[in-house]
Amino acid sequence: MNKIDQLKEIIKPYVPNRERLEHLTPETDFIKDLAINSANLVDIILDIEEQFEITIDNDGMEKMMDVKSALAIIDEELAKK
Amino acid sequence: MTNQEILDNLPYSKPFHFVDEIVSISENGVEGTYFFDETLDFYKGHFKHNPVTPGVILTETMAQIGVVSLGIYLLNNKFSKNSVIALTSSEIEYLKPVYPNQKVKVISEKIYFRFNKLKCKVSMVNEASEEVCRGTIAGMIIS
Repeated sequence: MNKIDQLKEIIKPYVPNRERLEHLTPETDFIKDLAINSANLVDIILDIEEQFEITIDNDGMEKMMDVKSALAIIDEELAKK
Repeated sequence: MTNQEILDNLPYSKPFHFVDEIVSISENGVEGTYFFDETLDFYKGHFKHNPVTPGVILTETMAQIGVVSLGIYLLNNKFSKNSVIALTSSEIEYLKPVYPNQKVKVISEKIYFRFNKLKCKVSMVNEASEEVCRGTIAGMIIS
């Protein structure tokens, strides 16, 4: 499974509109496009940490607004390991 | 931070203040009590001839003791009069009724506190130590 598909699996439980999830692209914005609420964004980040065995800090959290930036932060943290 | 300082910092007042006492508090959880006085206004309407504490009020009591009080403690003086907080999710099972003039104890265990969101496993027991409701509640400090 590539990273974008792994990410899709993680965010699936938090997306009210499944159709939008099917058309996930790097540009997809979590809040604007997927209507994920900001409290659930915290849960998504904790799930990402668990799945990829990384730790995301406050700066990472603030940057994580869309699929592209989430993948970049995951790569950045994986590189530190 | 002392238990009294936490009570003083709670952003509630009558008729929507449901914390009497913080019994114990730590990084990992909190226990506190509240007495449901029979003169509380909502008993007049819930129900008309049969006063029972509404589930939403039990949830609110669990949130005020179990999440907001613990959050104030964890934020350790970073919580102020201007802080904005919000309930973000709750999933509660109601097991037994709570009648007027009953005292309840709320026991809350932190699941996590990350990125300004506090999520807790919360339980409420009556004076006979019977569990009256339980579940998970989360809230955030927004600014």
